[in-house]
Amino acid sequence: MKSSAFWISVLAAVALLAGAQAPWILSLQQPQKVTVPRQGEAKVALKLVMRPGYHANSHRPSEDFLIPMRLTWDAKAAVEAVEVIYPKPKLEKFEFTEKPISVVDGEFEIVTRLRRSPNAMPGPAFLSGKLRYQACNDKMCFPPRTIDVKVPLLIQ
Amino acid sequence: MHHFPRLSAAAALAAVLLLAGCASQVSRGEPSSRRDGDAASRKAAPDFELKDMNGKTIRLSEYRGQVVLLNFWATWCGPCKIEIPWFVEFQRTYKDLGFTVIGVSVDEDGWEAVRPFLASRQVNYPVVVSTMEVEQKYGGVEALPISFLIDRDGRIANTHVGLVTKKTYEDEILRLLD
Repeated sequence: MKSSAFWISVLAAVALLAGAQAPWILSLQQPQKVTVPRQGEAKVALKLVMRPGYHANSHRPSEDFLIPMRLTWDAKAAVEAVEVIYPKPKLEKFEFTEKPISVVDGEFEIVTRLRRSPNAMPGPAFLSGKLRYQACNDKMCFPPRTIDVKVPLLIQ
Repeated sequence: MHHFPRLSAAAALAAVLLLAGCASQVSRGEPSSRRDGDAASRKAAPDFELKDMNGKTIRLSEYRGQVVLLNFWATWCGPCKIEIPWFVEFQRTYKDLGFTVIGVSVDEDGWEAVRPFLASRQVNYPVVVSTMEVEQKYGGVEALPISFLIDRDGRIANTHVGLVTKKTYEDEILRLLD
């Protein structure tokens, strides 16, 4: 009896863990190290993959109520973000929309133009940021999520 | 007598497996529905007390005796916007038979987001803004929309995660009103 109770508990725990496992919707590849020159600019390209059948609102959604994709960088870093270039959105019509909406899906990149901060010390550093997005498929939507981003840098 | 612990443990395991199955279905991005068959096997809907747009307190337990469609939604949720006109129609058609919809917004920005949204639509049922505590009582908001059909005794008869058809809701409402 004790033995069957033990195995039932184990099975229950496994089932709960399987059910509670968070689904991946947007996945970020580990960013490559970026060398930031003393003069001029460098680029960070974040490579992202959206789960098939899912989309996220673009950085400029079609409606006021929709949550945009937004990449923000730590303001106190050794580099300054000059510009964030988001992927070109698609206009796509879904079962739940009257008109096409501005979304991104599949594989895409977000590129950031960087320059060295005036007081940055040469050597290795990290640039930290957050990517916020809100995704849906054709039947349900998922609460906004944030991916922590950390890019290794070499400051010249 | 000796069989009782084994049976209750097996029932608990079945419930856990069922819940895990629903959760993993949602994690695969598929709508999930669950029907708690006969009245005796239904779980009580957790009570809550939240304010509507005018500051009036909405307490779920005060709707005991009515059939309630409790709908968790958000202004940024496209599929939720498909359902809202259905719910407006259900409220109009079945209110006098002892039915109400209660909308629970999970918008992080609360009334700042919800008020202008409602102003642009003719929503004729009570809408409140959620709290983390209420969401946890209902198992957390993994995906939207989430709807619970609650019987006249305050017990959950049906649960839907994701967009289902208008007919599905209407059939369930009529069955509970019967």
